[in-house]
Amino acid sequence: MLLSYDWLKDYLDINLSPEDLGEKIERTSVEVDSVSKRSDGLKKIVVGKIISFEKHPDAGHLNICQIDVGEDEPLQIVCGAPNVEVGKKVIVALSGARVGGNIKIKKAKMRGVQSNGMLCGLDEIGFSKDVVPDEWKDGIYFLPDDAKLGNSVFDYLGMNDPLIDLDVTPNRGDMLSLRGAVYDLAAVFDQKVNFDEKAGKELGQTESKTDIKAHADEDLAPIYKLKVVKDVEVKPSPLWLQIKLWNLGIKPINNVVDITNLVMMKLGQPLHAYDLSKIADGDLRVRRAKPGEKITTLDEEERELSALDVVIADSEKPVGLAGLMGGNDAKVTKDTTDIVIEAGVFAPVATRKMAQKELLHTDASQRFERGIDKGNVENALNYAAGLIQDLANGRASQGVVIGSDEVVKPVTISISAERINHVLGTSLSEKEITDIFHRLGFTVENKDHEMLVTVPTRCWDIKIDADLIEEVARIYGYDNIPVTLPVTVTTEGSFTPKQQLIKNSRKILLGEGLTHAISYSLTTEAKAKMFLLNDSNETNLQWPMTNDHAVLRMNLLSGLLDDIAYNQARGVEDVPFFEQGRVFFREADQVRPTEVEHIAGAISGSLAQSTWNQKATPMDFFGMKGIVTKYLETLSLADEISYEATDSISEMHPGQTALIKLGDEVIGFVGQVHPSTAKAFKIKPTFVFELDLDKLVTAKKSEQQYQQVSPFPKISRDMAMLVNDDITNAQVYAIIKRRGGAFLKKVTLFDVYDGEHVPAGKKSLAYSLTFENPKETLKDEVVNKAVAKITKHLQDELDVEIR
Amino acid sequence: MSLKEDLETIKQNGLKEIDASTDVKSLNEIRVQLLGKKGPITQALRGISKLPVEERPVVGSFANIIRDELATAITTKQTELENAKLNAKLAEEKLDVTLPGNQVALGHPHVIQQIIDEIEDIFIGMGYQVLNGPEVEEDHYNFEMMNLPKDHPARDMQDTFYITKEILMRTHTSPMQARSLEKHDFSKGPLKMISPGVVFRRDTDDPTHSHQFHQVEGIMIDKHITMADLKGTLETMTHKLFGDKFKVRLRPSYFPFTEPSVEADITCMNCGGKGCDVCKGSGWIEVLGAGMVHPNVLKMAGVDPKEYGGFAFGVGPDRFAMLKYGVNDIRDFYLDDLRFLSQFD
Repeated sequence: MLLSYDWLKDYLDINLSPEDLGEKIERTSVEVDSVSKRSDGLKKIVVGKIISFEKHPDAGHLNICQIDVGEDEPLQIVCGAPNVEVGKKVIVALSGARVGGNIKIKKAKMRGVQSNGMLCGLDEIGFSKDVVPDEWKDGIYFLPDDAKLGNSVFDYLGMNDPLIDLDVTPNRGDMLSLRGAVYDLAAVFDQKVNFDEKAGKELGQTESKTDIKAHADEDLAPIYKLKVVKDVEVKPSPLWLQIKLWNLGIKPINNVVDITNLVMMKLGQPLHAYDLSKIADGDLRVRRAKPGEKITTLDEEERELSALDVVIADSEKPVGLAGLMGGNDAKVTKDTTDIVIEAGVFAPVATRKMAQKELLHTDASQRFERGIDKGNVENALNYAAGLIQDLANGRASQGVVIGSDEVVKPVTISISAERINHVLGTSLSEKEITDIFHRLGFTVENKDHEMLVTVPTRCWDIKIDADLIEEVARIYGYDNIPVTLPVTVTTEGSFTPKQQLIKNSRKILLGEGLTHAISYSLTTEAKAKMFLLNDSNETNLQWPMTNDHAVLRMNLLSGLLDDIAYNQARGVEDVPFFEQGRVFFREADQVRPTEVEHIAGAISGSLAQSTWNQKATPMDFFGMKGIVTKYLETLSLADEISYEATDSISEMHPGQTALIKLGDEVIGFVGQVHPSTAKAFKIKPTFVFELDLDKLVTAKKSEQQYQQVSPFPKISRDMAMLVNDDITNAQVYAIIKRRGGAFLKKVTLFDVYDGEHVPAGKKSLAYSLTFENPKETLKDEVVNKAVAKITKHLQDELDVEIR
Repeated sequence: MSLKEDLETIKQNGLKEIDASTDVKSLNEIRVQLLGKKGPITQALRGISKLPVEERPVVGSFANIIRDELATAITTKQTELENAKLNAKLAEEKLDVTLPGNQVALGHPHVIQQIIDEIEDIFIGMGYQVLNGPEVEEDHYNFEMMNLPKDHPARDMQDTFYITKEILMRTHTSPMQARSLEKHDFSKGPLKMISPGVVFRRDTDDPTHSHQFHQVEGIMIDKHITMADLKGTLETMTHKLFGDKFKVRLRPSYFPFTEPSVEADITCMNCGGKGCDVCKGSGWIEVLGAGMVHPNVLKMAGVDPKEYGGFAFGVGPDRFAMLKYGVNDIRDFYLDDLRFLSQFD
């Protein structure tokens, strides 16, 4: 919404520069996107007069014009416009000028003929094509005959008027008009304003109701009024009116249409004018469209309507889309003599839905969606009729025709100074507050510390005491509100154990060399379903923007593999990532998915690169398993973690993947990504893990307690054995632990060998066993007995051969 | 030649030999040769019986002195030789200490997570709890309870990914206001909570838009919480996040779930408030939305707005990170480019 600085100054005493005024508006009312003039960035564009012209000898469409720009000698300018005319005052860009699009004009030869500047159309000096009147669409623009030669053109075209572009929030529909802005600024500057734009006396003898009938369903249009103006002379508006409109971004059409638009910009009331002769049976009604009905709107779009649409129709057909745009058939043209002007209030929700459905967001719909001043509808209608009498020689018929007429009363809200200060933290007196309300044009009735505040209908968004508090805050000034910290009962701020565990998990993995990645929760259907330990239904978006982000992820790894692919495609080979976040599982009968916290890691390449003294070791299964194992150790889990070979996850290497179990429960997996999956992602060999963090959060934790360090020496024994290839370390380890007796403290696997001197089908394992008795010196016999027992069980149960 | 002179000669010769020795081994031989049982001193002392009785103690004691002197000289020489050997060895072990040390792998924390962690720590320090809400929300909490009934124009400001008519990807962390208000037991004191998390908008990804980004919601409700308290709280957060030089100012704005609603600006970090391209010349950068919780939000959550009230705010960590580190493209936070992520420690 553009606001004209010059127009504001007609009503207010403003001592601020346009920029400072913009700043003031931003601090007290609504955001300001920009403050600019149409002449910004333009220079050396002056008034000239065409003295004579002749056809270019070598180019039929070009004319060689002699232009008087108030200098001694005329300027020769070659011009391609079709409408050059001797005697006309035109816009001349001199050599060295800067015109629209930041283009610099230089002297040049055009097809061999010297041209010392350019004659300009409005679009060439920065006007958007959307605001250039149709009559000036092609060709150069003619300035008023009294424009002074050699003067800058900017003032003649209103281009020096500073325009303040407001970004109006949904609650400040009142700021979508000059009237609203003037009242608001009057409160800010503490000035008195009078904005009663009264209509002139109707010149017509007949009554409006003899020519037109109106009907409106109050749900669709709570207020709907019509007025007839006869014998109008439709022609272009005077320049001052055209300037006002184009500066506000509205294209001048003709005097009647321009007046309806001017009244909308000035008073905030959208209006529409119909050619009375095109209204069948002189009957206008607001109704729901019939399915299949069609209308061609003023933008020349044919639209097929449904029962959701609301139309203005005569007895035969729709002649307008209610609150959006008029129809093409009944529009005011140069042949129109009698018109009917419509002023209504259309229901916000219906207007909004229609605008969305038709992709037709207009100045009118923008206003009806946010609401308009219901107390000023008829006044605006009469004011417009008066202007049409003045500027189009029409004769307004007597009175208005009413289709619907909601009774609108100002709202009265009860509030107290105590309440306002209680919310704002201020200590304003009742007098100061009353003064602010008066500045806003509200009336205040004081009754023992209770204030009854009556709000005029032009501030229709103020309904409850919180709204009044906002008015006080912004007029008093947010900068003047003190800065304090809350005074309340002391509360304890602390993370929950779950939050703490998640935070610690991130820290540990960072310490283990993995970088924290955050990838997208929405992914493709295929990726969402990867790396699943359990079946789950996927959760789809109804209307995704792209297939890349259409389904909620059920794993973190697919996102991390995408990340690795992104990096490796850019020459970053060694990529160690972890991610912590939610995945989304859903049972078939579940609508809303269950959100589960996961943590996952993926490493491709090496954790550390080769250097002068260290060779990089590419990540492998045991490297990744070590990272997971160490991480899990930090969680003080009470139950034991174990690893179990699995070939059930199709995206994982069938021989290099282990389920991770906590007690008997599977909590995740670790291993190598299946080479086919890696190939599909275009990544190098990658090792990964993914864990259910929620299960780790709820898992039983061991109480950490100090155990006395034994003062007695420990005894170590090494055991080497030959075992069958299919026997796992876990099996051997379990027997050693189980049979090792009370003093076996630690078992460490220190060698695995299946090379030379080991029979086929066998492998050699070697363990170091450490025994310790905290109470007395261990005797060799005790240890020998334990080792014998272990040996016996290994031989009996696993058929091992001790070496 | 007297015995005493003999001993003197032995001493002089011994000292010369000791001095001339070049390694510990030969020095040991000298030690055995000079001080051993077959050594010259022992030999010389054999002649002591030939001396008059009164001279014997004098010569004996002289011999002991010489023996001690030689022993000391040997020990000194030995230390000297050992030191020389050690020094030679150390000299051989000399390193170019400017060569790089071994690599220790350490990951990089994500910059958005860092900002969230900082905000959490600031508010934990002020006695807030941290609550984590669902990312897949009900329309009821995401909109209805936030005073955004169906067909409210402000719903257009938050284009939404719907899963069903009633289930959606949350568009903001604000539903945690309603959820925490419903659950809170005010007899146990004020509600003070922040809720960080990921949110989703139906936007096309570009340098300033991402269909996924982060928010931190905050709310404080008690019997007497003021807009002045909101200013103080936001100022505290800003000072801790960016530094004491940064100022906060409020501007009127609109959110359906607060009234009054404000937008908070902080001093532009690029120009320090002088005005530049980043702040479009104003010296201020818009960083968050806030306001006093709308009475309807309290009422719908079962809290009496006549008795209780307070403030709420919503912070965008992505925006904070962009401002703090001069990142121009929000997508950088989600591409997980190591060359980007490894710039933050």
